[in-house]
Amino acid sequence: MRIFRRNKSTEVISGDIANREVEGLSQGQIVRRRFLRHRGAIISLIVLGTTMLFVFSALDLTLGFIKYPGWWKYSIIDQPDIRTDGCPPGLGGCPTLSINPFGAFGLGDHPFGQDDIGRDYFALVMRGAQRSILVMFIIGIVGGAIGTTVGAISGFYRGWVDSVLMRFTDFIITIPSIIIGSVIGYHFGNLGVPFLALYLGLFAWTGLSRLVRGEFLSLREREFVDAAKVAGASNRRIIFKHILPNAVGVIIVSVTLIMSGAILLETALSYLGFGVVAPDVSLGLLISQYQDSFTTRPWLFWYPGIFIILIALSVNFIGDGLRDAFDPRQRRRISRKEKAAERKVAADRQV
Amino acid sequence: MIAYLGRRLTALLVILFGSSFILYNLAAISGDPTEGLRGSTDPKVKAQLLSLTRTLNLDVPPPARYFLWLKRIFSGFDFGKTRDGHPVSIDLAAAIPTTIRLILLATIIAIILGLAFGIVSALRQYSRFDYGMTFVAFLMYSLPIFWVAVLLKQYLAISFNDFLDQVTIQPGWIIALSLVSGIFWASLISGDRARVWKIFGIAGGASALLLTLLSVTKWFANPGIGPIVLLGLSVGAAYGITFLSTGLGNKPALRSAQSMAVIGLLLYYPNQYIFNHAGGVLTIVGLALLTALIGVGVSRYWAKIDRGPVTRTAILTGVVIGILTIIDKLMQTFKPYIETDAINGRPVPTISESNSLLPPGNFWFTFLDTLLHLFLPTIALALISFAGYVRYSRGTLLEVMNQDYIRTARAKGLTERTVIMRHAFRNTLIPLTTIIVVDFAAIIGGAIITERVFGWRGMGTLFNKAISDFDLNLLMGVFFVTSTLAVLANLAADLLYSALDPRIRVVGKS
Repeated sequence: MRIFRRNKSTEVISGDIANREVEGLSQGQIVRRRFLRHRGAIISLIVLGTTMLFVFSALDLTLGFIKYPGWWKYSIIDQPDIRTDGCPPGLGGCPTLSINPFGAFGLGDHPFGQDDIGRDYFALVMRGAQRSILVMFIIGIVGGAIGTTVGAISGFYRGWVDSVLMRFTDFIITIPSIIIGSVIGYHFGNLGVPFLALYLGLFAWTGLSRLVRGEFLSLREREFVDAAKVAGASNRRIIFKHILPNAVGVIIVSVTLIMSGAILLETALSYLGFGVVAPDVSLGLLISQYQDSFTTRPWLFWYPGIFIILIALSVNFIGDGLRDAFDPRQRRRISRKEKAAERKVAADRQV
Repeated sequence: MIAYLGRRLTALLVILFGSSFILYNLAAISGDPTEGLRGSTDPKVKAQLLSLTRTLNLDVPPPARYFLWLKRIFSGFDFGKTRDGHPVSIDLAAAIPTTIRLILLATIIAIILGLAFGIVSALRQYSRFDYGMTFVAFLMYSLPIFWVAVLLKQYLAISFNDFLDQVTIQPGWIIALSLVSGIFWASLISGDRARVWKIFGIAGGASALLLTLLSVTKWFANPGIGPIVLLGLSVGAAYGITFLSTGLGNKPALRSAQSMAVIGLLLYYPNQYIFNHAGGVLTIVGLALLTALIGVGVSRYWAKIDRGPVTRTAILTGVVIGILTIIDKLMQTFKPYIETDAINGRPVPTISESNSLLPPGNFWFTFLDTLLHLFLPTIALALISFAGYVRYSRGTLLEVMNQDYIRTARAKGLTERTVIMRHAFRNTLIPLTTIIVVDFAAIIGGAIITERVFGWRGMGTLFNKAISDFDLNLLMGVFFVTSTLAVLANLAADLLYSALDPRIRVVGKS
């Protein structure tokens, strides 16, 4: 039984290496450096960026007067004839995506197949992913803003303000988000996706506000805050210029967590029928519509799910990388090469 | 202690009151229950509107209506009526056992496995296992539960049922599963390359041998453990539990655990007799108590001093052996079970919470049926919580291992096992109890979706109905039950918390 053997490779980390690395660097530089070293987070950042670019450029977009023509030939309302050639007998609208690099590589006419009435499934999935990403960002921004405000006020002012705000937070945190989401979603879902996300964001801040409050409570006792007070800084200035920049790590990390939770919440609500409603499209809605055709036309089920996982997974990994980057106590694996160099330095010093 | 619990309970009740008030008003302002009636051209619509308004107190503004609702609950536990005039409490009473069964099993499995994998992951920080586990945990975090559920239905239920037709495992599957097992065990072991390959070979070979054996003997058609294998497993459990609980150096503990294994074997046939003639929940509870008594007796015989840890080891071993015996009995029931007309050779169900066609009266049939129906939903539900517990226990243990008291414990020459199990593990559990509450809210949300996918008639179904019918009383009833469950989980966590950390009780007294 060697399960309890001490894991020496990570335990003996010379403080020298860590200290020398951050010598003379600003906080921002240290964080950036640590983040760039987190391989999973960097890969996820690239994946998420590429996915967003791919998804948002595929279909036509209209922003005010600017009309952007998407590169994909179908939109979500086009209903071309259902393709049957090359499909298994009795099945129409099978996918044409081919990822065999030695054979016919390419998207084809309908890469993800067609739905029951012939709509191009690729266009539908792209639209659903756009909706999910939009919801994710809106909930992240709204929840992050409210959570930071509530947490900052109650942590900074303490006293009865703190008690009232934190009791209120406790009340909301005990209601499962799916229950709150369903109540809101079912009655505001028809207002359109941005409004739905806005309302959901109004209830997504509780965890964040608790963390921000804790951070403010400890930071406000620090010497630099006293120094600012003695120098005559206003509360506003202390909060925005002195404490908030120090709490930004906690805020960013929890906002990524809110965002990855938001995309799963939105798809779950749409799946239950309490979120995005037809004629709009959402990834959860697509899965809910076609879960019964899994045995016959599995592509209608696979592709929306893969996009949900792709987005949620990369956001989670980015959050993990940020947490490691902002955590001053984090220990990093020191590679064999670095250790050898360290030993050499120590030997030189002795001579 | 009681004062502490009392304070916690009061705080929880206040929170319950506040959150139900918020939810009630939120739900009340977000829609209108008479909307469907207003559009109707039926001449009786006015009378219907009036009666609906009267039964649901719609003429009272929502904040005041909440207190009417609350008053009725305090005076006789009356949850009011649904929109179709059905008492909410009857609907709830039917749904509660189903949902509790699902949530409880999933939570327990997620906690046990999550803790185990998270701790190993932390002890092997930056190993292949750790990286693999991190990825798996994040993947599970990102999985939509309804999507996984459909995959589970297809690949676990339908494929397994198909597999039972032939019962032989395809060579391709044997190779693939052995490779996975080899990679798993090899990733756990740190060491030089030769050692890793050796472990890979041993684990993979053993798995291949076992799977071939199961396939050749057509074990899956008529599974069972049997007394000989049971003895082997029991002795293995005895060594494993002693190792974790007291260390193999503690001879009385090892002797007690081994004695438990032998007693388990001696009682194998008497147990079969009892199971066959008096199967029931009470019998199992009685046998569990008997096991604990035997454990106490055995440890008193072997240990003269320091009996506590020895007794703990003996009882834990006894419980594991008892569970193995019950699993063996369930496996024996499997063959007659799948041969009944109700099952017809396809035992893993994809829908509903029990098989109504099953002949009633046979305890083991019902037990096995319940377990098989729980199989897929529990996996789907446990996945997400499992990921949370893995990440959290890993992070906490890493933090704890950096503390000064760990260095002190090592410095005074304790073995690494004692340092980890007694000093680090216990302190890891303390913050873990706090996330059980947060996780519970998530698992209730998961249960609502899971029940929908698997067609269970539980709280989730009621909830869906409440939302789409705009049934405020039903919604509040569902919320009342789920939040009471959450409060109870919270209280259990608090109890655990104060048992693990004496400082909490001191604070409670002052």
